[in-house]
Amino acid sequence: MPRQFTLPDLGEGLTEAEIVAVLVHEGEVVREDAPLLEVETDKAQVEIPSPIGGRVEKIHVTPGQTVKVGAVLVTFADGATASAPSRAAAATPTAGVAPAAAPAARSSRVAEAPTAPRASAPAGRPAPAAPAREAAPAGAGPVPATPATRRLARELGVDLRTVRGTGPGGRVLDTDVQAAAGAPAGAAPGGPAAASAPAPTAAARPPRPATREAAPPGPAKPLATIGLEPPPLPRFEQWGAVERVPLSHLRRTIAERMTLSATLIPHVTHFDRADITDLDAIITRNLERARERGVTLTLTAFLLRAAALALRAHPHFNASLDPAAGEMILKRYCHLGVAVATPRGLIVPVLRDVDAKPVLEIGRELGALAQRVREGRATLEDLRGGTFTITNIGALGGTGAIPIINYPEVAILGVSRARPQAVVRQGQIVPRLLLPLTLTFDHRVADGADGARFASEIVSLLEAPERLVGDL
Amino acid sequence: MVMGELVDEVDVAVVGGGPGGYSAAFRCAELGLETVVIDADGRLGGACLFEGCIPSKALLHVAAVVSEAERAREWGVDFGEPRISLDQLRKWKQERVVGKLARGLASVAKGKGVTVIGGRAVFEDSTTLRIEGESLQKVRFKHAIVATGSAPAPLPGIELRSDRVMDSTAALELPEIPERLLVIGGGYIGLELGTVYATLGSRVTLVEMTEGLLPGVDRDLVQPLQRRVEKLFAAVHLGTKVTALREAGGHVEATLEGQGAETFDRVLVAVGRRARSRGLGLEATGARLTERGAFVQIDERCRTHDPHLYAVGDVTGEPMLAHRAMRQGKVAAAALAGQPAAFDNVAVPAVVFTDPEIAWCGLSEAQAKSQGMETKVAKFQWAASGRAATIGRADGLTKLVADAASGRVVGVGIVGPGAGELIAEATLAVETAALVEDLAATIHAHPTLSESLMEAAESLLA
Repeated sequence: MPRQFTLPDLGEGLTEAEIVAVLVHEGEVVREDAPLLEVETDKAQVEIPSPIGGRVEKIHVTPGQTVKVGAVLVTFADGATASAPSRAAAATPTAGVAPAAAPAARSSRVAEAPTAPRASAPAGRPAPAAPAREAAPAGAGPVPATPATRRLARELGVDLRTVRGTGPGGRVLDTDVQAAAGAPAGAAPGGPAAASAPAPTAAARPPRPATREAAPPGPAKPLATIGLEPPPLPRFEQWGAVERVPLSHLRRTIAERMTLSATLIPHVTHFDRADITDLDAIITRNLERARERGVTLTLTAFLLRAAALALRAHPHFNASLDPAAGEMILKRYCHLGVAVATPRGLIVPVLRDVDAKPVLEIGRELGALAQRVREGRATLEDLRGGTFTITNIGALGGTGAIPIINYPEVAILGVSRARPQAVVRQGQIVPRLLLPLTLTFDHRVADGADGARFASEIVSLLEAPERLVGDL
Repeated sequence: MVMGELVDEVDVAVVGGGPGGYSAAFRCAELGLETVVIDADGRLGGACLFEGCIPSKALLHVAAVVSEAERAREWGVDFGEPRISLDQLRKWKQERVVGKLARGLASVAKGKGVTVIGGRAVFEDSTTLRIEGESLQKVRFKHAIVATGSAPAPLPGIELRSDRVMDSTAALELPEIPERLLVIGGGYIGLELGTVYATLGSRVTLVEMTEGLLPGVDRDLVQPLQRRVEKLFAAVHLGTKVTALREAGGHVEATLEGQGAETFDRVLVAVGRRARSRGLGLEATGARLTERGAFVQIDERCRTHDPHLYAVGDVTGEPMLAHRAMRQGKVAAAALAGQPAAFDNVAVPAVVFTDPEIAWCGLSEAQAKSQGMETKVAKFQWAASGRAATIGRADGLTKLVADAASGRVVGVGIVGPGAGELIAEATLAVETAALVEDLAATIHAHPTLSESLMEAAESLLA
């Protein structure tokens, strides 16, 4: 019985997604949970695993196409092995939307005990004459790979049995897995020609992040408007040659959201400076110790900690406005967004419950989160639910920047580069390290005085770093 | 609602405090989940610590010291006859070994914020456990991990309730050193405990139903052990069944098929272990048991058929080994926390702590052949090992099985003193898909027994 798989509800009011890549071919037999499609939403680029095992009869979408929730993506020829959503997929939007999510149907995946090592796999090995570097056929013994590589494969949703190992003795290497993650499943590069030269194979198929950037943006289409129609553009061609480049999905999302925020919210920006000479010394002193604990200690981790503590005392900045209800929504949780520049554009991943975490833990989570974002592995959960945002562009220079609020939040803290400056202290000129801060907030929920008090709370926390360090 | 009933709400309830249970609980706590362990005895350690691996290894160490002292006569050192104080031995094993480790586990649990509740846990449904302990209590959980382990199996068809008939748990209590001990079962438990009692002075008769000791284990590895056991024990009867046990005048009379009746002071029944999956209320959940063995069925993430329930360790099947349970416990914890974990281990090492020790991992020669693999097999006799000569043990063997096509090490078996430690390197090799050449080209310290693995690998390359 043919079975159709539609774009699941992605949550958070997201109604559409752009198809970035189709990872299967028509006619291919896929396993449950095997990667089917890669889609990009306003929030994240995510992989949609197959909800069932079966043969792909028809693929209804092409890369670059934008599809609405409910649109048919793939038709399966048979869906006899439909099964419950995997828990590991909980972070991706497909969890919970697999058709016929009956636990009873999971029997196909549950090994009959004894679940001993794969050594006991019943099926015979391929004929001994088989070349060692062929991908292992399904049902054979374990795929040769180290446990760390196997974990990577699980993380990237790669079925190791479909990967041809280029390592000694046919061992599957990290690079093989990364290459496979960027290619359609089952389409591992083959051919005896490549067998003796592993390096070119890996190089020919670059790892996933690079592939993602290379994905062509979809056809151009108008931005959503919010009441104000922009006036028509002049014909620029009359003054010279132009080139028209369609916006990527992410670029369009950023454009729409910034327009919404800048148009809807009366922005106020308050400027301040924090003397972080002492804090800087603390960071330098503890860099090595933090690194021993696997954490790269950064100023941003302290900024997050300071902002979280200041938000506790100023809940109006940890809020949203409900104009329809005429109410302020004060959030009792403190999830802070951090703007991260990626090659694809600006992304704002969110750290949970920052007010409850010591700075070292914040640093640890921030490092992991930023890495996931840069590698294109962030999940929807990583990107939503923020209550306040910090954007630190200090690394890129500048003396100050006025950020735009990340709607529907009500405030954002901009941070520019700290520079040593001459400061008058008790009549003496002393060199101090000053950090420029810009707090932009929604004038509907707070006034200039509130903003000044909130900003100076952050400044005083940064200037008295012993209140921030706790566990260092 | 019963008066005074308490309901606790937790993220994870672990049922059973053995190695699988505590490994899972500790990892859950590290992942920030509120975790309780419900253990029938209200303590962490399980069969492994209190009635299995640990006490048996303590006694086997004593046995090894006794036999080593005996052999030292050959080398010109005479310690005289050993005088054994059973009270002191029991006390050492119980307090200094088991007790110390148990206190250690308790303090780790405390440090990680894992609560241990004493009582019998019964599932009322997929999210509720009833605990029948000192006070009646309920625990509501988001996920539960079933880690109830296994218990010694009784002798099928023979019912004799007597203090003189012991299971492994009772035998490890060392009630006495019986003059004549019958060990029923030639598996690793029977061999290990038989070795302990024989070394401490019992005349041990071992009866095994099948035609060989350690059924299923490579005969090349079993042979040196068999030779030694036949010297150490009064008698070894293979292919023999015990058809009746009868208590008579402070003794036990055993009828051995084809051998007639024999009288013993005590009997140790070591015919395997069976899953503790009954009486847990699992029928009130979606979890399913296998028809054979009543093991809880799990997938590679240790999930049962019930989305709230995971299971790890002996209760999920063979091989019933503490280290498999520990790894599964960590996998289950990570999986329920949403991480992409899987129990995908290729090699689970197994060790028989007899003298000589036997250890193996990965595929045996026979298993590899039955999978249609063309193999290359190397056997390195320890007679050629300098280190083996210096400890007076030339009876060891290191056997390496490789896939001929790829040159990968797919299995290793070792017999000889220290095999249990030596197998670690082999397990790493199999798990990481190392080549024979990798082992051969790795420098091994000289003179050590570990060289035997390198020598075996070199002989395959020659």
